[in-house]
Amino acid sequence: MRFSETWLRDWVSPELTTQALADRITMAGLEVDAIEAVAGDFEGVVVAEVVAKEPHPSADKLNVCQVNDGGDEPVQVVCGAPNVAVGQKVPFARVNATLPGDFKIKKAKLRGVESRGMICSASELELEEGTSAGIWVLSGEAPIGASLREWLALDDHAIEVDLTPNRGDCLSLKGLAREVGVLSRLPVTEPDTDMVPASHQASFPVHVESPAKCPRYAGRIIRGVDVSASTPLWMSERLRRSGVRAIDPIVDVTNYVMLELGQPMHAFDLANLNDAVVVREAQDGERLTLLDGQQITLREGTLVIADAKQPLAIAGVMGGESSGVNASTRDIFLESAFFSPLAVAGQARSYGLHTDASHRFERGVDPQLAQIAIERATQLLLSIVGGEPGPVTDIMSPDHLPLGRDVVLRRERLDQCLALVMAGDDVVDILSRLGMRVSTIDSGWRVTVPSWRFDIALEEDLIEELARIHGYDQVPVRRPSARLKLSASNEARQPLSRLRRHLVARGYQEAITYSFVAPELQEALTPGAVAPYLANPISSDMSVMRASLLPGLVKALSHNLNRQQARIRLFETGLVFRGELDDLEQVAMLGGIVCGPRQPEGWSSSRESVDFFDLKGDLESLMALTQQPDAWRFDAGEHPGMHPGQTARILCNDRHVGWVGALHPGVRASLGIKTNAFVFELELEALTQGNLPAFAPLSRHPDVRRDLALVVSDDVPVMALMDVMREQAGEWLVDMRLFDVYQGEGIEKGHKSLALGLTWQHPSRTLNDDEINQLVDAIVGEAKMRFAAVLRS
Amino acid sequence: MDHLPQLVAEARAAIESAQDVQALDEVRVHFLGKKGEITALLKGLGQLPPEERPKAGERINEAKQTLSGELEARKQTLKDAELDARLARERIDVTLPGRGEPTGGLHPVTRTLERIESLFAHIGFDVAVGPEIEDDYHNFEALNIPAHHPARGMADTFYFDASRLLRTHTSPVQVRTMKEQAPPIRIVCPGRVYRSDSDLTHTPMFHQVEGLLVDEGVSFADLKGTIEDFLKAFFEREALSVRFRPSYFPFTEPSAEVDIQCVMCGGEGCRVCSHSGWLEVMGCGMVHPEVFRHSGIDAERYTGFAFGMGAERLTMLRYGVNDLRLFFENDLRFLRQFG
Repeated sequence: MRFSETWLRDWVSPELTTQALADRITMAGLEVDAIEAVAGDFEGVVVAEVVAKEPHPSADKLNVCQVNDGGDEPVQVVCGAPNVAVGQKVPFARVNATLPGDFKIKKAKLRGVESRGMICSASELELEEGTSAGIWVLSGEAPIGASLREWLALDDHAIEVDLTPNRGDCLSLKGLAREVGVLSRLPVTEPDTDMVPASHQASFPVHVESPAKCPRYAGRIIRGVDVSASTPLWMSERLRRSGVRAIDPIVDVTNYVMLELGQPMHAFDLANLNDAVVVREAQDGERLTLLDGQQITLREGTLVIADAKQPLAIAGVMGGESSGVNASTRDIFLESAFFSPLAVAGQARSYGLHTDASHRFERGVDPQLAQIAIERATQLLLSIVGGEPGPVTDIMSPDHLPLGRDVVLRRERLDQCLALVMAGDDVVDILSRLGMRVSTIDSGWRVTVPSWRFDIALEEDLIEELARIHGYDQVPVRRPSARLKLSASNEARQPLSRLRRHLVARGYQEAITYSFVAPELQEALTPGAVAPYLANPISSDMSVMRASLLPGLVKALSHNLNRQQARIRLFETGLVFRGELDDLEQVAMLGGIVCGPRQPEGWSSSRESVDFFDLKGDLESLMALTQQPDAWRFDAGEHPGMHPGQTARILCNDRHVGWVGALHPGVRASLGIKTNAFVFELELEALTQGNLPAFAPLSRHPDVRRDLALVVSDDVPVMALMDVMREQAGEWLVDMRLFDVYQGEGIEKGHKSLALGLTWQHPSRTLNDDEINQLVDAIVGEAKMRFAAVLRS
Repeated sequence: MDHLPQLVAEARAAIESAQDVQALDEVRVHFLGKKGEITALLKGLGQLPPEERPKAGERINEAKQTLSGELEARKQTLKDAELDARLARERIDVTLPGRGEPTGGLHPVTRTLERIESLFAHIGFDVAVGPEIEDDYHNFEALNIPAHHPARGMADTFYFDASRLLRTHTSPVQVRTMKEQAPPIRIVCPGRVYRSDSDLTHTPMFHQVEGLLVDEGVSFADLKGTIEDFLKAFFEREALSVRFRPSYFPFTEPSAEVDIQCVMCGGEGCRVCSHSGWLEVMGCGMVHPEVFRHSGIDAERYTGFAFGMGAERLTMLRYGVNDLRLFFENDLRFLRQFG
């Protein structure tokens, strides 16, 4: 809502500077977004009349004008505007005047002709944005020689208030003035809105078929209006300062009354109405061409204003083209109705519309305004376009009017909520100024809510009103107190913050990528993944929910590769979305991506590239945090987005919880990634569930180590061999590690030599060679039987 | 016997000229070893007349002890020199960079979220989380935003179908928590939220932290104290001015927007605060009775407050980040600044 400060001050004028007034309003919950001067900074500009005009002797597009600026003689000025004409009243900057931008007007010669001043356009005076088409032609009543600034009271500000949706009552000068009156405890002066007596008895029939949606409909005929009259400058200025464009005198008056009182109105051309006005719900498929030329197809349930033949307007949203006022209109039918907020809510948006009227009706227009507004508009119209008003038809359905709500405010509740005790007189004064009827009762007050406050229904709403007007800064500052109760804490659970920091310590940067991704990227990386699509995505490359963290991570990798980053280590945590909406899983995942050299470039670093086992090592160290050494397994697996020979399924207690592997070279190529990249992704839950440490006594006896070199076929998975060896190694085995994998000279082709170190220790005695030899024999024997392993001598 | 002085002199010269511990040991063996020359003199004592033996023995032993002492001293000198030489050889350039993996870093938004969580954890708030694909009921209806309420226009919602959507705020977690847990309740709910808006100052996804406290006798004054304390702690500015401005959220009543004195210009007015000296940093209010009703909490017995803040905005103010979109580009040059 944008309004002129001087207009407001006609209603109520607290002794505050513009800024202080704005601050006061802001701190009452009507947030002032901007304060702008309504005109540029200029002086020396007066009203003048063009008395003569001749073409410039040596320039096609210039005219030499004589203007009467109230001085003794006409002043000669060269003007380039195409619309300048004799008889016009114009803003004239005299020699020595200053225009916005500190532009001084001096005597000048233009192509040899003397020019002593300048005829101004509205944009040159910063009354209009952009560049005006020509000079600004003032209305005939403008007094010659008067200072333009004084005559138009241009020392004014347009104040923009960003109103919250609950304060529809402030979408008018009347409402704003009421609020300022309460805040400054000043009386508010309203403009006169007397009944305008009917000068004939003709009325137009109105049938309200949906009284619940339209509890009140007032209308009247005005015959014989002169639409060629022009809107007075004072009105068009107020409209302009409120951000409303002047259109024609009738529309201007309805807009003016809407700004002044808050009642949206509509004027129909009576000649285009058939038989009667019918307020009804639309039928599916009915067509309507709106005022802005847009053709729409109505849906059942939309409230329309129709006549006997067809819909004429969407009630409370926008009128139709065919029934609107135009240059040949003689008689009008003026509408001033109350549509219930629920009847209008969502309707405008569902047709892609948002109008001043729908904005107000959705939030609630005071139903008592209908009559007042129609009288006010009639009064203004008669003074501008003339005409003969008929009687007002006012159809009301009292059952459906939101009137007379009573709310009880308990003293105890008020004191408790605000932690302060407001004087009873203050409570009554504030609520009364807000238009409420207040009576004192035992527990506090009984309050009748005025018809314009759609947002007040509960005790809490009244408490907010009191706090707001009294000032939130008056509420004391305290701290809540609570019993000191320890909450349960599961030590075995890894907090996410620990996992994050673990990866950070291993050189990873945390990424946060969008939860919606490009469907093609998702399909390339996780073919066949099913995830919900947004119905209204912001763009097609953010239209499907991610079923995996990989698309986001790959995109982040590309972003960095394209910026000359060679060594990249990124991880992300967050939800992925799997399945159709009806069997949707939202699963928290941890994922990562790495590429580039294993170590950062340095004087003693290797230049080798990172590989599968680097990433696996990172994962194993994360898994170690869970204190579940036996729970985790990596099995060779196939994932369509990954390299078939360098991919593992991650299992936790035999449940498949994730993947780790190289990005598939084909997929990489299709995404323009030239370097090898390795990715992992696993369910966070598996990593957060852990075990508590469990103590085992330390042995005081020496341990025994034996190293074995076993030659097996290339396709034997080391993990399988080690599992078998572990089974045979007995309960005293405390460590088994693979310390070499060798292929080459001395080893048959297609085979590999695995060097394993096994360590035994008995808790309570020293182990002897015989025992160990027996275990080694059993291990070698089993390995030979199961994997044709040969002990290398 | 008479050549003892000469022997001692010879031995001394040999000790002196020995250049390492091994050469020195050879000197010792040569003179003092079992077959050494001094040892031989001792062995030859028996050939002397008995009356001369004690005196001669004493002289030889004296010489032996002197030489032993000198040998020992020389040995120490040589060892010291050897150690010095070794230490000199082992000198490294300690200014060379260290080896190994440089540390990565948390995303700045995570830093902020963790900081907020931890500040509230200190006064007994637990962390609660909820789904991001929400239903209309939890995101709107239960928060007192019925269908077609003008407040639905406050946030542009991403929809999947008529009833399922991406949550537009973390407030649904309030409702979910209150349905499961009886008061007293103290939670903060950090997480991703989504609004269909994308320009210089809006990204379609961002992070919020919602807070909720429900107990008996909670007042608006308690809300003011909690928020003020939090903002002063978060920005580490004890003198930070905080103001509460009446506002409107359907799920709180009374409601307030919270402004802080601009942390960039100290309230003087700058581009960041649009020359107002104030920065809007969060919204808050007393839990609306309708929300309690939807959550099954007795609004007569309990009152509570809720607040919500944008993590990106706080991060930008805290670290001086000037472009919101940087948060989701994941440019390493940006991320590394918050390591």
